[in-house]
This record gives sequence, C-alpha cells and structure tokens, in this order.
Amino acid sequence: MHHSELIAQLLKVLAAGLLLISFAMLASRRTQQLITLFAWQGAMLFVSTCLVAYSSGLTEMYYSAGLTLLLKVIALPWILHRLIHRLGAQWDSEQLVNVPTTMMAGLALVIFAFGLAQPITSMATTITRHTLGIALAVILLAFLMMITRRKAVTQVIGFLAMENGLFFAATSATYGMPMVIELGIALDLLVGVFILGIFFFQIREQFDSLDLSNLESLKED
Amino acid sequence: MEILMVLGLPLLGAALLAVFGARRFAAELNAGMSLATLIAASFLVLRVIRHGPLLAGHEQFFVDPFNVFLVALTAFVGFTTALFSRPYMRIEEHHGRLNPRRLRLYHSMYQLFMAAMLLALLTNNMGLLWVAMEAATLSTVLLVSLYRTRASLEAAWKYFILCGVGIAQALFGTILLYFAAEKALGREGMTALLWTHLNAVKGQLEPRVLGLAFVFLLVGYGTKVGLAPLHNWLPDAHAEGPTPVSAVLSGLLLNVALYAVIRCKVLVEGSIGHVLPGRMLMTFGLLSAVLGAFFIWRQRDIKRLFGYSSIEHMGIITFAFGLGGPVANFAALLHMTVHSLTKSSIFFTAGHASQTAGTQQMDGIRGLVGISPTIGWGLMLGSLSILGMPPFGVFASEFLILTTAMREHPWTTPFLLIALGVAFAGIFSRVQPMVFGESDAPPLPHSPALLPVFVHLGMVLLLGVYMPAALAEWYRAAARLIG
Repeated sequence: MHHSELIAQLLKVLAAGLLLISFAMLASRRTQQLITLFAWQGAMLFVSTCLVAYSSGLTEMYYSAGLTLLLKVIALPWILHRLIHRLGAQWDSEQLVNVPTTMMAGLALVIFAFGLAQPITSMATTITRHTLGIALAVILLAFLMMITRRKAVTQVIGFLAMENGLFFAATSATYGMPMVIELGIALDLLVGVFILGIFFFQIREQFDSLDLSNLESLKED
Repeated sequence: MEILMVLGLPLLGAALLAVFGARRFAAELNAGMSLATLIAASFLVLRVIRHGPLLAGHEQFFVDPFNVFLVALTAFVGFTTALFSRPYMRIEEHHGRLNPRRLRLYHSMYQLFMAAMLLALLTNNMGLLWVAMEAATLSTVLLVSLYRTRASLEAAWKYFILCGVGIAQALFGTILLYFAAEKALGREGMTALLWTHLNAVKGQLEPRVLGLAFVFLLVGYGTKVGLAPLHNWLPDAHAEGPTPVSAVLSGLLLNVALYAVIRCKVLVEGSIGHVLPGRMLMTFGLLSAVLGAFFIWRQRDIKRLFGYSSIEHMGIITFAFGLGGPVANFAALLHMTVHSLTKSSIFFTAGHASQTAGTQQMDGIRGLVGISPTIGWGLMLGSLSILGMPPFGVFASEFLILTTAMREHPWTTPFLLIALGVAFAGIFSRVQPMVFGESDAPPLPHSPALLPVFVHLGMVLLLGVYMPAALAEWYRAAARLIG
C-alpha cells in the first residue's frame, strides 16, 4: 500500500512537471530551446509510463514506454535538430506577442481542462486518473501555442506536444491504447515529421524564410 | 482474402510506382493498379451480396452493407480518376508545371492514398480507423503542394495543420470511446475498440463519456468532412492541388471522413439516444450548406467554386444523417454516391477547361463548347446534375431530404431552400458564360480522356430515373443499420 502511495505521488509530480514544461514552451522564444523542452516532455512521459506499467503490472505498457523513449526522446528531437541545423535556423528566435496575456489564457485553459475532465476522473479506476485534467491541459496549451506562434517549426513542435498530451491522456484514463494502435499512431507521427521536413525545405525555397506570415495570401476577398 | 487484395493491391501499386513512377508507362501502371483494385473490390462486393456481411482477420476487418458500397464507390472513382489523370498529367508536364520526379511522387502517393481510404472503410477497429484517416491526410499533403508554387505550399500547410489539429481531437474522442468501452467489455486485447463489439453493447456504454467523446469525434472527423466552420482548408486544397487530387479529395475523402462520423454516431446513439447527436449533425450540416452556398458567389477560381459546392453538399448529407430514420438515411447514402460521381466528373472537366484556357480564373475561361464540345457539354451537364436538376440522381436524393425535413423539422426547410437556390444561381451564372460564348484558345496537346465524365454522369442519370432493385435494397439495409 505504502509502495503504491509513493508511486501515485511520483506520478503527480511528473504530471505537474509536464504542465510546467507546457507553460515553458508557451514562453520560450528559441527554436532550439523548444526542441529541448519537447524532449524533456517526452522523457517525463517515458518515466511516468514506466511507473504506471510497474504499478499496474501490464507488460504492454513497458513496450509503449519504450516506444515513447525511442520516438519522442530520441528520434523526433534528433530529426528536428538536424532539420533546423540544415535549414540554418538553429539560432532563430521569434518575437512573442504579449507573454502575460498568453499566460493568463493558458491558466484559464487549465481550469477549463480540469472542469472538463472532472466527470471522467470520477469514473476512472486507474492509478493515474487524477492526472487526466493535466493531460487535457497539456493538449489545450499545445493548441494555444500553435495559434499564437508564427514559425513553421514552432507550430510543428506544438503539434507534437499536443500528441504528447493525448498519449498522456490515454495512459491516465485507460492505461494506454491497444499496442497495435499505438504503433500506428507512432508511425503516423514519424511519417508526418518526415513529410514536414520535406515541406520546410519547399517553403524555404519559395519564401526564403520559415515565417508563416508569408503564408497568408489565400483569403476570401 | 478479397479484403487482403483490396488493401494489398494499392499498397503494392504505391511500392511499384515509388520505383517506376518517373517512367513513361507510370500513368498506365497507375491506372492498371487502380483497375486491379476495382476488380478485387468487385469480388468483395459479389461475396457480400452472396454470403452477407463478413468479418475477417481476427475480426479486425468487416464488411457490411454500409461500408461495402463505399468501398465499391472508392475503388471505382479511384480507377476513373487514374484514367483521367493519364492525359491530364501529361498535359501538365507538357506545359512545364511538373517533371518526372514529381510525377513519381504523385503516382506513388495516389496509390497510398487509395490504400489509406480503403483501410479506413474496411477496418472494424476504431483506433485503426483513426490511423488510416491520418495516413490519408499525410499522403495527400505533398500532393496538394505538388506544383511547389507559393499558393500551393500555403494551401498544403493549412491543410496539414487544420486537419492535423482536427484529427488530434478525433484521437481524444477515440481515447474516451476506449475508456467507456473498457468498462463495458473489459481489457481483453484488441476487442474493446472493435466496432461490432461496441455496437453489441452500445446500450451499456457510459452516456456522459460517450456524449463528450462524440463532440470530439464530430469536430475531429468533421474537419476532414469540410463542415463549416472548420472548412477553411478545403477550398484552398482543392484549388491549388492538381485536378485529379481535387477530384479524389472531393469525391472520396470527404465521404470516408463522413463515414467515420456516422460509425461513431451509431455507437453514441445507442448510449445517449438520438436527440443530441442528431441535432448536432443537423446544425453543422445546415450551417455548412448555407455558408457553402453563399461563399460560392464570391469565387473567381473555378476549382474553388466547386470546392465550396462540396462543402454545401457535404452539409446537406450531414444534415440528412442528422434527421435520421430510414428515408433520410437512404437519401443521404444516395446523395453520397451521386455527389461523389458528379463532383469528380465536374473536376475532370474543370481541370481540362482551365488547361485549355491557361488559367483557373473563371473570367479567363470562355467558349468551351467551341474549343472542345466534350469538355463544354461535360461541364454543363455536370453542373446541371450537381445543382439538382431532374432527371439526375441528385434531384431524387435532394427531393427526399427536403420532403423528410419538411415533415419532421419544418423550420429547417427555408434554410435548405435558400442554400439550394443560392448555390443554383451562383453556379449556373458562372458556368453558362464559360461553356458558351467566344474563344480563340488553341486545343490541348494531348486529347483528354473524358469517357469517365460521361460514364459518371450516365450513372447519376440512371440512379435518377431508375434504381435497380438490388441497389435500392442495399441502400435500405445500410440505412437500417445506421438507424
């Protein structure tokens, strides 16, 4: 009993860490820093999935933890690093508009997320059920980041962070999705990042920059 | 076995075309693989007609009346579009807009896209359905940006980000569905997300969770259906991508996404009743129909024009599914079929029309009948069909939807009539001067393959005047299934 109590506490700490990283992403200006934060988020997901696997005794969760480590801590950050290196964008920073307002909006989203997760939390039986609100908050914060940023790489990191939140939600509510589906999601994610890599070069070739404010000509008039 | 062939052939095609896609015979290979897929799909259809619904591959795949007609439709339009794309892409290459390397990408991704859509239709697993829908998005992103122009890159980026975010919502909905399913079915391997299993216990699924799940699933997959106000990606992707891609996006992908929504709706209705999901579909549907129709007026680009028309029609279909009941569902399924056939044939002719005129701007396209009677009349007949003129099949389905709406929810009829009327005036006033009038544009360097256009329109006409009893029975069975 004491043992599982400790694990539950640890899981809450990790969940809080995930939320903190989401806020840090919202406020960070440098692309490289964002990728590091994304890798840290993946690492926390990996540790928390391992803990859940240990406490629930489900072996397939170890596989999904392994997948997280390979994909989100090692492969994706590495690909993104290589990508911005080849694009020469590693020292890019972007002007953030109104950080305090964004933070306040973020806080409001967290409260909303907890409210939305409340009925489900009360029905779940998993050890991680109290973190579902945080998972939802991570998703919404990533969404906010995608809305407020203008750089292509940043938007993609926001997209990946959103997937992290979804993965965390799946572990919180149900101890993860079936393995085949997680593999499928991982494959889609990897292919998606590859395609975007190609895409970045196409955008740069055409616009000489990865700033998305160039991409605003298709409008209804 | 048939299922394996239906899924395996386009995958094999994608692999072959990834190697040989830059050769001269790539377009023929593409059409050949699509034909093989169509033949495999026909065998599947025959088997289902003869032996009834079937489950295969440890219940991971299933075929019932609802998805089998969409499989047949997808394989058929996939084949005719491949036929159309053969001369079309040659002309594009001739005009210097494409090179062999990009054609290789195009052909390979085209097959991959077909495989993803067929997987989405055939899978019994709601999780795999999600994976397949995402794969369908990913395989078309690079197709939308095939011309590498600024506008096409922008359209592809918008398409990726909006559909990516949308589909992330759908994933959250799927997680919630799994959460509810786990309670009812237990955590036995992969069965908790199988649609057939869920359908059997849908009465025991937790209503509050399913209500929330449906909101996320509808918004998520609804983005891909092009429902307003989540439709922003659709006109851009249709206008900036190559025409065969516009044809399959409009004719097939929107249907497949709507199919996913309706599968979810069946489960949710079993748990929380018809009212909430029905009303949500009706609201989204009406909004899309009306907005789509009004936006038609503001278009100058021919492919954007018909992109908005697709939003309008998907809205009408969604609305009909929201009405529910055997008649409205029947009409919605019929409308899915005729819209898909008509809209793809319109894109075929619109593509050749803009190639002839050298522009997609409608002001620059004039006198099509004079240059090429088949293109001109094809566009005219296709437009008349999509506008719901009798005796085309679109008239039959729209008439059924309208009368059912009048009977069950009279307040919706003015909105529907406004949408149909505004779209009619908008499209007709644009198409008429494009088809008739004077022009001195030279004919195309390769003769276009317009047989698919007339085959499609012939089928739509046939569905309007006489529907074979077997097909009607098929639609009815599917309509009952949807409830």
